[in-house]
Amino acid sequence: MTLTSDPLRLSIRLALLAFITVVVQEAAISQISIFGTSAEISVLVVMSVGLLAGSVPGAIMGFSIGLLVDMVLVQTLGVTSLLYIAIGYGAGRLRELRDPGHGLVPMGMGAAATAVAGLGMAVIQFLLGVQSPVSTLLLQQIFITVLVNALIALPVYAAVRRLMLPVLPEDPRRRRRRAYTTGGLSPLRESAQPLSRRPRSAAR
Amino acid sequence: MHRKQVRRRRAAVAVLVAISLILLTAYFGESPSSPLHTVQRGLVEVFSPIQSGASALLSPVRDVAGWFSDTFKARSQVKQLRAQVHQLQSQLAQSQYAAAQNAQLTKQVGLDNSNSLAAYKPVGAHLISRDPTLWYATVEVDKGSSDGVHKGDPVTGDGGLVGVVSVVDPNVSVVTLITDHTMAVAAQVEDQAGDTGVLVPAVGNPNQLVLQYLPSTAQVKSDQLVVTVGFKAGQLQDLYPPGIPIGQVSNANYTDLANNGEVQVSPVVDLRHLDAVQILTAPRAGTARAQVP
Repeated sequence: MTLTSDPLRLSIRLALLAFITVVVQEAAISQISIFGTSAEISVLVVMSVGLLAGSVPGAIMGFSIGLLVDMVLVQTLGVTSLLYIAIGYGAGRLRELRDPGHGLVPMGMGAAATAVAGLGMAVIQFLLGVQSPVSTLLLQQIFITVLVNALIALPVYAAVRRLMLPVLPEDPRRRRRRAYTTGGLSPLRESAQPLSRRPRSAAR
Repeated sequence: MHRKQVRRRRAAVAVLVAISLILLTAYFGESPSSPLHTVQRGLVEVFSPIQSGASALLSPVRDVAGWFSDTFKARSQVKQLRAQVHQLQSQLAQSQYAAAQNAQLTKQVGLDNSNSLAAYKPVGAHLISRDPTLWYATVEVDKGSSDGVHKGDPVTGDGGLVGVVSVVDPNVSVVTLITDHTMAVAAQVEDQAGDTGVLVPAVGNPNQLVLQYLPSTAQVKSDQLVVTVGFKAGQLQDLYPPGIPIGQVSNANYTDLANNGEVQVSPVVDLRHLDAVQILTAPRAGTARAQVP
């Protein structure tokens, strides 16, 4: 679980992000067809929040976006929430346990999250009695959606990070890097100065 | 301290999962007039102006993306469509003659045409949101009960049947598409015998329909048009007026037809690229309407 110094500001930003995501997804993204499917930015946003803010904010974001999607699309309430909770929580746990620093992690996580959402939805729909079991065509469409989402995962992650950075809990690695760039604190730079120019007290 | 955090984290996730499961169970067992459905419809009503605005605002983005995919698609279709135009021109001449003859004979025999397409009043509507899932079952349009739309009104667009209005609010309606698993439409193949059956979505393929319960002796061939039957028996009337194109026979496998009485049908409407639809609102004089089966 990741704690933040200002939970209220984080909550407001998350609520705003959830609202914008659902509106953009339903009004624009889902109307752009790519090889018969469309991108799903809501999954990527939930994954990004999990990776940036931790498991509990990720799960809460997943629940909120899922509920909003189900509400707006007049679908069975709770189906999308259930899936997105798992995605947000999973991404958050990955951050907490492994702390992945590689730049391509959002891409891999985006692909995995989309696959989980697609297959999970298939299973839940099947359990609810919808006569659409996983066929070759559905698997093909899930695969295309995974590819498309993997391609757009990095920009979506960057946008979410930009929006949430001011309210995110301080990351020790980020703090360390910033300290070196401000100058004066790096021990390497300190030792590079010639001894003759140093004040006598410092040389001693 | 750490144990407390772990407990708190697990409790938070368990609460969220429990709420989702409770919502799912409650919603699934509820009737459409129950509180959860009412709240959902209220939220749709609140969201619809925002979605309408966002849809208009983001239309240039959609248009640019659509332009690229349409250009590639159009180039590959030019030859095929030219051949189709020649074929359709000759069919049109025959159809015009048949229509004139039909009108004349209908008048002579005194057939009841009260459920024909001409009896409906079309209301134009724009799509404001779509179901992003692969099952692709519903769309939302910007017209509702204040424009005369009722639950169960048929919806057409792009020259064919799109679906039926399933939820109505004052300014917004939800249209259930013909590819949704709950849909079944009484349909007729435009062959020599006018064989009828029930059109349902194909299991596991959201872009395909199956025309079932055809007679095993039916002479159905590929590319034949499938239209709504639009039956009327006393007070009982089909949801859809007759003659609305639904799809074209894409695979008339002899074995499937003889053994199962079914053929594959591709919808004539590209449901993923619809921007506008027409809701066929009918004057309601207390007539009962039903869907088959």
